[in-house]
Amino acid sequence: MTSQTLAETLDSRSLTSSVVGTRQTKDIFFLVGLWLALLIAFGTLITLLIDTFVTARSRLNTDFLTAFPSPFPEDTGIQAAFFGSLWVVVPAGLVSLFVAVCTAVFLEEFVKQDSRFAGFVSLNIQTLAGVPSIVFGILGLAFVARGALAWGFTIRTASVVLGMMILPIMIVSSREAIRAVPSSLREGAYALGSTRWQCIRRQVLPAAIPGIATGSILGISRALGESAPLIMLGALAYVSSNPAGFSDYYTVLPLAIFKYATEAQVEFQYAAAAAIVVLLVLMLALNLLAIIIRDRSRKSW
Amino acid sequence: MNSKVIVPKDLLPSGRQKRQQFYERIIGFFLGFISLAAVAVLFGIASALVPPTIDFFQEVPFSEFFGSTNWYPLFEPPAFGVWPLVTGTLVIMAIAIVVAVPGGLAVSFYMNQYASDQVRRILKPVLEILAGVPTVVFGFFAINFVSPKIIRNIWPFGDVDFYNALSAGLVVGIMILPMMSTLAEDAMNSVPRSLVDGAYALGATRREVCTSVVFPAALSGIIAGVVISVSRAIGETTIVLLAAGASANFTFNPGEAMQTMASFIGFAGIGDQPTDSTGYRTIFAVGAFLFIITFTLNILSVRFVRRFREIYE
Repeated sequence: MTSQTLAETLDSRSLTSSVVGTRQTKDIFFLVGLWLALLIAFGTLITLLIDTFVTARSRLNTDFLTAFPSPFPEDTGIQAAFFGSLWVVVPAGLVSLFVAVCTAVFLEEFVKQDSRFAGFVSLNIQTLAGVPSIVFGILGLAFVARGALAWGFTIRTASVVLGMMILPIMIVSSREAIRAVPSSLREGAYALGSTRWQCIRRQVLPAAIPGIATGSILGISRALGESAPLIMLGALAYVSSNPAGFSDYYTVLPLAIFKYATEAQVEFQYAAAAAIVVLLVLMLALNLLAIIIRDRSRKSW
Repeated sequence: MNSKVIVPKDLLPSGRQKRQQFYERIIGFFLGFISLAAVAVLFGIASALVPPTIDFFQEVPFSEFFGSTNWYPLFEPPAFGVWPLVTGTLVIMAIAIVVAVPGGLAVSFYMNQYASDQVRRILKPVLEILAGVPTVVFGFFAINFVSPKIIRNIWPFGDVDFYNALSAGLVVGIMILPMMSTLAEDAMNSVPRSLVDGAYALGATRREVCTSVVFPAALSGIIAGVVISVSRAIGETTIVLLAAGASANFTFNPGEAMQTMASFIGFAGIGDQPTDSTGYRTIFAVGAFLFIITFTLNILSVRFVRRFREIYE
């Protein structure tokens, strides 16, 4: 019986080839499925960009950039929203970066990785990263805009809330950048008699700066595009002048888009699309900056 | 007798070194203190949610909140049955997951087993761009393109309202897709090379390697990705607020307008509620509900990620 098996198998070549046939058919269907998914993902991105540019084309001029909001869609512009975004996002990014680098240095250089403290703080950071952004709006409403600080719907309120929101991204990327610094650098510094802080300040941090910069730029671009928490913090207000201080009322680019998008007149949809183009160009510039920093500083350890 | 140990003077720490040691300790304490900021924010969220939620449930009985299907918290007379928000959240989340999970998995299979290095170098940044598109842009895309030009023309099952759960869900799914594919790909990349090579040596095709080797071996990481995707879909606000409308309909028909828990919070936050009103406290009660759900999902995903790390790292 067993000696015949091979011959039998060879005889039933038709059977084998039909099995191969179904396998090949399945392979093809599978690959087509994968292509379809890629098409959906990238096709949507391309459609989104084209649709936005086409809708925006009548408003893509310098008047739109320099004008202030107006009830007439053809006169409206985004100067106040543009400067509002800068006033909100830059301090949020800087404060968050400072806190994130301190946290990352402490967790990576000062405590043992398997210590309870490191585990507890890491779990907190992971959990914080998964909190929906609208919940940060509630936090801002309860403690920053009203409640303990009672700052009202101002730039500093928005800045603090966005700073807290991007904190987990900033911490995670700073930690990764610090972890990527080879330990030989630290050992060399210690061998030459430097203390822990001297080693961090003169060796570890300078070596980690490109990584930290890349990660924090991504965090800042996240804050630049964020809308949900600011909806609750007064950013939908009709603001017709540039902010002059941190306790001024404000609006930001994403909320200008939101507001235009909810207006009935079609001309406001053009304005929304044009504001999207401005926002996307800003974010693209930030991302290019991150890529340039990453490439410039590519070192082989 | 006290015997005094005599230490040569140059072995004792000098004044400068002592100052340095003191300075180092201060820095350590300072950094440790700052690193509690993340913990403080999380506890801040919890303590912002709890007191107004307790007040809310003293005014609105549990039986009404979980027992009624009418949700008009900001109208007179108000009704506080949360079910329309729950079904709205479930419907939009389900549509988003149907797009994001198979789509994200397919992209990650392609990146992991099919794409050449060159193709991968192009696809990766494009995915990153897609992941970086702000949600308000996706929301605008949903009401300006997906809903009027696609969904309302091709949906075969009845009329589709201008604001509908379908376009909101689809666009939320596209928004989550890059994150799902990145998480799945990370999990797939940590599958040992020997397993994949072994399968190829036995004559498996790429599809068979994907479905019978890579997928099961990366399963816990993929599940973690699915769980995080669900949590992101539940928490998405702006897209849903723009595309699905502001009426909390108790329905499972995706062609109708719907409100999710997150989009209710955004909607109620637009109209500046007086601080000492039940309407204001409703924001916190729904927020607490949303926070508990996403918190549970995140802890779950952390568990799953830990499991797949334990297996292969």
